[in-house]
Amino acid sequence: MTVLKNVRPLGGDIVDVRIEDGVIAQIGTGLEAAEVVDGAGAILLPGLVDLHTHLREPGREDAETVATGTRAAAVGGFTAVHAMANTDPVADTAGVVEQVWRLGEEAGYADVRPVGAVTVGLAGERLAELGAMADSAAHVRVFSDDGHCVSDALLMRRALEYVKAFDGVIAQHAQEPRLTEGAQMHEGDLSGQLGLRGWPAVAEEAIIARDVLLADHVGSRLHICHVSTAGSVEILRWAKSRGISVTAEVTPHHLLLTDQTATTYDPIYKVNPPLRSPSDVAAVRQALAEGIIDIVATDHAPHAMEDKECEWAAASFGMLGLQTALPVVNETMVRTGLLDWTEVAARMSTVPAEIGRVSNHGRPIEVGEPANLTLFDPDVEWVVQASDMVSRSRNTPYAGMVLHGKVLGTWLRGRATVLDGVVVEFETV
Amino acid sequence: MTPDQEFLTDSDIHRAVVRIAHEILERNRGADDIVLLGIPTRGVHLARRIAVTMAGIEGREVPAGALDVGMYRDDLQLRPTVALHPTVIPGGDVTGKTVVLVDDVLFSGRTVRAAMDALNDVGRPRAVQLAVLVDRGHRDLPIRADYVGKNIPTAREDDVQVTLAETDGTDAVRLVRAGGK
Amino acid sequence: MRHLLSTTDLTQDEALSILDTARELAQVADRPVKKLPTLRGRTVVNLFFEDSTRTRISFEAAAKRLSADVINFSAKGSSLSKGESLKDTALTLQAMGADAVVIRHGASGAAHRLATSGWIRGAVINAGDGTHEHPTQALLDAYTMRDHLRGNTGSLEGLNVVIVGDVLHSRVARSNVWLLDTLGANVTLVAPPTLLPVGVETWPCQINYDLDEAIVKADVVMMLRVQLERMNAAFFPSAREYSRRYGLDAQRMRTLPDHALVMHPGPMNRGMEIAADVADADRSVILDQVTNGVHVRMAVLYLLLGGQEA
Repeated sequence: MTVLKNVRPLGGDIVDVRIEDGVIAQIGTGLEAAEVVDGAGAILLPGLVDLHTHLREPGREDAETVATGTRAAAVGGFTAVHAMANTDPVADTAGVVEQVWRLGEEAGYADVRPVGAVTVGLAGERLAELGAMADSAAHVRVFSDDGHCVSDALLMRRALEYVKAFDGVIAQHAQEPRLTEGAQMHEGDLSGQLGLRGWPAVAEEAIIARDVLLADHVGSRLHICHVSTAGSVEILRWAKSRGISVTAEVTPHHLLLTDQTATTYDPIYKVNPPLRSPSDVAAVRQALAEGIIDIVATDHAPHAMEDKECEWAAASFGMLGLQTALPVVNETMVRTGLLDWTEVAARMSTVPAEIGRVSNHGRPIEVGEPANLTLFDPDVEWVVQASDMVSRSRNTPYAGMVLHGKVLGTWLRGRATVLDGVVVEFETV
Repeated sequence: MTPDQEFLTDSDIHRAVVRIAHEILERNRGADDIVLLGIPTRGVHLARRIAVTMAGIEGREVPAGALDVGMYRDDLQLRPTVALHPTVIPGGDVTGKTVVLVDDVLFSGRTVRAAMDALNDVGRPRAVQLAVLVDRGHRDLPIRADYVGKNIPTAREDDVQVTLAETDGTDAVRLVRAGGK
Repeated sequence: MRHLLSTTDLTQDEALSILDTARELAQVADRPVKKLPTLRGRTVVNLFFEDSTRTRISFEAAAKRLSADVINFSAKGSSLSKGESLKDTALTLQAMGADAVVIRHGASGAAHRLATSGWIRGAVINAGDGTHEHPTQALLDAYTMRDHLRGNTGSLEGLNVVIVGDVLHSRVARSNVWLLDTLGANVTLVAPPTLLPVGVETWPCQINYDLDEAIVKADVVMMLRVQLERMNAAFFPSAREYSRRYGLDAQRMRTLPDHALVMHPGPMNRGMEIAADVADADRSVILDQVTNGVHVRMAVLYLLLGGQEA
């Protein structure tokens, strides 16, 4: 039995919250228990749900494992993460997704919901056994070839149709492959000057336009990963106005960073889709505020040191995101007045849980609800250091930056995974 | 505070140039095969003045050029990079000639050493002589001037400032005592 | 100046000081003894991840004329093909005591990365990085223009320079645009629109798709090498069409003003971007560019290594 004293659910009035047997047992004032955590007025949010996480296991355990990645998730305030399918072997069978799911259960720091590959080996040629993954113990509902675009229009149509049978969703990595061959950074004024091959916005927008039309035609759910351009926002706005069943995510780094970072040639800023222009950043912020972009997803992409300490062109795409997601959203959306805490809870917990069909996450903070909770102090100022990353990797683009806000505590079904901002070490069973 | 001392006025400098010109002609028994090479920047102007004076005395042209020593200095790593100046060798060669190196101030002797190295790379003179407007002492190397406009006793930390009309508008030599500014 | 990575880093004074220094060093080439003792005991490493015999030899000659010890380190393809990484190579060079590293690399930004990573302490000279920059090439081009058209002194104020060809993939074009602008020249880029980068309209130059129109007032025409492989990526339909629209042949050359120079950074595709008789014409200063390359690289080495460490 734990009492969280002096907390503000969704930024509201200060109350005490009593947790018992994994659920919220009581909300009131003057509550006492053997174990007390004083929030001192910090924000209480439903545990965050990430729809886009790379845990790298199996295959690249030198960069991240399910255990280290979920610990990073907990420190970032997440209680559930969706593990992307681009592992080695690829998560394109029931066997692999069940393995990843079980590793998450064993670690116990966050619920791991594996994402299944849409096509065998992410090769974009034939459908993976989507139904078998859906029926497995991992209960896969989100399917994605993330890292690769399902560029074949017919294959995409079939995938959208097929997953309707088990209420699945296709999460598309929107990147027209021919337009982005060898692409290194956002195609704009800077790419030409820097001599880095451009990744044009149209390569993302063309696929999104095609896929919302396909989703409309076959009446399926479509989710768009890591939306990064102003043009994509306009297409999504149009699609939603037509009632098409499309949802979209934006990453914290696309809310904060721009292509200007590429002038350092430091591949810590190399990511796919690339960091865009300041006007794109403004557009995705506005879209997230309006709900045109539904959620924030981290695209947490750990990479071993040697894959980043090299020439830009030789480096891997991707950056860490779990541990800094909420502070970055606080910085870019809350402190700028674009979102309040209720809206943050929707975009980082409730709606991602709905898209992923994750039951018992993203629930209201009410008596009787599962105690998946995050306690966040939005005012504490800190300088990000790569060495502070809980992930096995160190590739954070925010090192040296000042951010506001830190997760003080995270509870998964009433069990603290993080206290005082530090991972709680579980007794190994 | 010690005031700057003006050691040489414009007329002193003029007399020194005339005297050095006479001494060179006297020592070498005329101007045959004499080439004056000034060390940039002020040495070049002094060399030209001496050459003009010698020409006036001898009634014939006396060649004067410039020898940049920047690339030959032994203290390159101790100072910011110096800009290079043109090297102008009259007639294109010094082999068999008597070269009179001309500089404004003789101090450690390192510039003159660098000049002799530089000279070595442009030919093999019959003899090399050295003319300076001011010798302020404190040599680091066994080098002595053949022609001296004025010996000025200094402390090692003092600063001798030479100005010439061609570069600075006026002719003067000043001694700035250490700590005097 | 601590490194030479990009011509965008050069002020006009710095660029002119390199050209002036090169002019003085050019005299040395006429002497019986062509060697200067200036960089005695200093080590210059030529770190070439791409083959470029002409650039390497030019840097090697420059370093040797200044009495530096030269180590040629051919690491072709090593990093991108998962051999030794750039970092490990750099740490090795640091351990050997390299005072300067001249780097040629297929990845844009490789020189920048080497200079800013903290892997080495010495000066870094960019000898061509991917499709980004090749600053010493631009400096030798500017030197050649100044020597032929401006009496080898002063800036290039008002000079009309037309750069023709594959600007998109050309590090020479980029370095030249920034440097020539800094020196006051008016640059016009001529290329099919497919071979101009997105955002080129923000560069300090004019754009013209019509070569005949552009060269009428040119003081300098610089032809860029065009690789035939570009055809396969649909940048242009055929070699014949390219050379008809964007190649410099004798007939086009006759429309140039009498004093105008023809330049090419080499290696040339004779018959493609430049006709053989144009390459060999009197107004072609392509071999002067090669000669001046040594002087300019000597100047850069002297200015980076000739003084106390910054």
